[in-house]
Amino acid sequence: MSKEPVAVIGIGQTRHVAARRDVSLAGLVREAARRALDDAQLTWADIDAVVIGKAPDFFEGLMMPELYLADALGAVGKPMLRVHTAGSVGGSTALVAANLVAARVHRTVLTLAFEKQSESNAMWGLSLPVPFQQPLLAGAGGFFAPHIRAYMRRTGAPDTIGSLVAYKDRRNALKNPYAHLHEKDLTLEKVQASPMLWDPIRYSETCPSSDGACAMILTDRTGAARAPHPAAWVHGGAMRSEPTLFAGKDFVSPQAGKDCAADVYRQAGITDPRRQIDAVEMYVPFSWYEPMWLENLGFAEEGEGWKLTESGVTELDGALPVNPSGGVLSTNPIGASGMIRFAEAALQVRGQAGDHQVDGARRALGHAYGGGSQFFAMWLVGADTPAG
Amino acid sequence: MREVAIVAFGQSDHVRDSAETSEVEMLMPVLHDVLAQTGLAARDIGFTCSGSSDYLAGRAFSFTMALDGVGAWPPISESHVEMDGAWALYEAWVKLLTGEAETALVYAYGKSSPGDVREVLTRQLDPYYVAPLWPDSVALAALQAQALIDAELTDERELAGIAARSRADAETNPHAQLRGAVPAGEHLVAPLRTSDCPPIGDGAAAVVLAAGDTARRLTDRPAWIRGLDHRIEAHSLGVRDLTDSPSTRLAAERAGAFERPVDTAELHAPFTSQEVVLRRALKLDAPDCTVRINPSGGALAAHPVMAAGLIRLGEAAARIQSGASGRALAHATSGPCLQQNLVAVLEGE
Repeated sequence: MSKEPVAVIGIGQTRHVAARRDVSLAGLVREAARRALDDAQLTWADIDAVVIGKAPDFFEGLMMPELYLADALGAVGKPMLRVHTAGSVGGSTALVAANLVAARVHRTVLTLAFEKQSESNAMWGLSLPVPFQQPLLAGAGGFFAPHIRAYMRRTGAPDTIGSLVAYKDRRNALKNPYAHLHEKDLTLEKVQASPMLWDPIRYSETCPSSDGACAMILTDRTGAARAPHPAAWVHGGAMRSEPTLFAGKDFVSPQAGKDCAADVYRQAGITDPRRQIDAVEMYVPFSWYEPMWLENLGFAEEGEGWKLTESGVTELDGALPVNPSGGVLSTNPIGASGMIRFAEAALQVRGQAGDHQVDGARRALGHAYGGGSQFFAMWLVGADTPAG
Repeated sequence: MREVAIVAFGQSDHVRDSAETSEVEMLMPVLHDVLAQTGLAARDIGFTCSGSSDYLAGRAFSFTMALDGVGAWPPISESHVEMDGAWALYEAWVKLLTGEAETALVYAYGKSSPGDVREVLTRQLDPYYVAPLWPDSVALAALQAQALIDAELTDERELAGIAARSRADAETNPHAQLRGAVPAGEHLVAPLRTSDCPPIGDGAAAVVLAAGDTARRLTDRPAWIRGLDHRIEAHSLGVRDLTDSPSTRLAAERAGAFERPVDTAELHAPFTSQEVVLRRALKLDAPDCTVRINPSGGALAAHPVMAAGLIRLGEAAARIQSGASGRALAHATSGPCLQQNLVAVLEGE
């Protein structure tokens, strides 16, 4: 049975900042949605369904926000779904929306993900005490630091690699007007001299807390033919999950991530990701996750990811640019972060990434993960209509 | 459109307080039940989707522990909606329609006992203008009930009749929390009496979906999903006509519910007054209407929040599977005063 090809024809983001005190939650999401509609030159009436995502409801203190946001997102009288798959949610949300088009249930779908972290405190939103269970150790950094240490031990990576990633992503962010952090006078030395937060993660190697939203308009072949700007076509998309904690889990390179990437590559006909993919928007909330995911996603052999980073391959002008937008390290409205990866990948193949455009990008990967490295969502988008 | 059916349904016994069991412990027997019905193992399932709410559990990412219970190893294709499990079923149905999976496991659970669910649900409301006033779910439903009475669309006597019928029907439902004759009770929030309101309870439910011939292989009697649609309305109660449910009517229309009569309707109406609204929206109110409404006892007999909608789909499917129904309608709702509604039409072969 053939699926309908899915095209991204509209993308909108808010300018991401630490606190958007000028808008409500509804105002924030509407801003991104409005920009996506403008990009696609569509109106609210053209949208058949709305799929939204965000990370835990505790981050804003609002239970099931799709109910309150229905009006702001033009969803009244339409189907509205709310996805929640932890940190990978921005990616999963886009995939759920894409499936509505692929299955020919709807023709044109608005998908949006957001987080307004300034409404509360995300670190403590993640740290509610649960009897008889291991706490998340005051935020995500405490959970991930030991796994980074395990990666360093396993691969013999020198302890300078993480700072290279942070320095690169923050410099890339200077070219992205929507990025949260614009640290114009940042130097590699400053990254390396920043305070140690969760050994081996330094302050400048961590993601910020951002307010922001990201929206996309997905449509079918007919919708894409009418679109005013080039479409990004979805060539493959997949989700994979594995348990949080069990004896066989490899926290450094989870099997679910490998399987998810393999599924996406199979759908997209990718046999040599390193050479066939032109840009990667990867979920890197702590700098060391770039070399780790390079291996997990099949861009490098096991133990070799850090060498790609060190050699400059992942720089904006390298052979495999990773996070040309500045990535999660520069912008992190948690629930939206995955969708921003997906949207930035689409911008690259549409040739609309502005100053952080990768020359001639034809195929790009958007990647998201969440929970204790247990939820994965990815898509591969291309400038060409998928075969078949 | 690809044929998709419900091939198995299971639910827990719904109880007022399950302090002795965790969410995972509550869910596990139900998952094993539906898998046993189909002979499938977790690793055979093409797609898994669940519905639940962090706010009931009182902590972020509460669904992750349930996933551990599913046994997601080797890794599975899986997703989650922060909604009633009926919408998880919708996501799974769409996934099967794309052809990317042949089978899907859908589950939902909710424990209301750890908190005060009436207060917890106030957190669904507009966070700037309404939620700070803490209007609780029963008070909002009472506003709707009063609007119906004022419009002379019902009265307290009819509401009491709905309560009595539901709980009498629940007599034969071994999973129900409230069964048999239940006194009307005092006004909880006028005009609603205790019998007009759902019991507060904990519970879980699961279904297995399958496509085409896979469904026929897994069961002798698939409950085919002939149509499935859901719609949302404005959030603010002030801009809605609380005596009507246009989103239910539209969803039913899109699901094909009005094309031919149904014989059974499982309606997710936690309050007696909401059944009145739904019956009108679904055209089940004709004097000669013989549709069997909520033979399970409905949400008035058991209301595990986040699973109660999925249970309606499961109960309707079970009626099809047992031969008690040829064409059934199932409905789920979310949000204050029926803000969001889902309708499915199920048929036998």
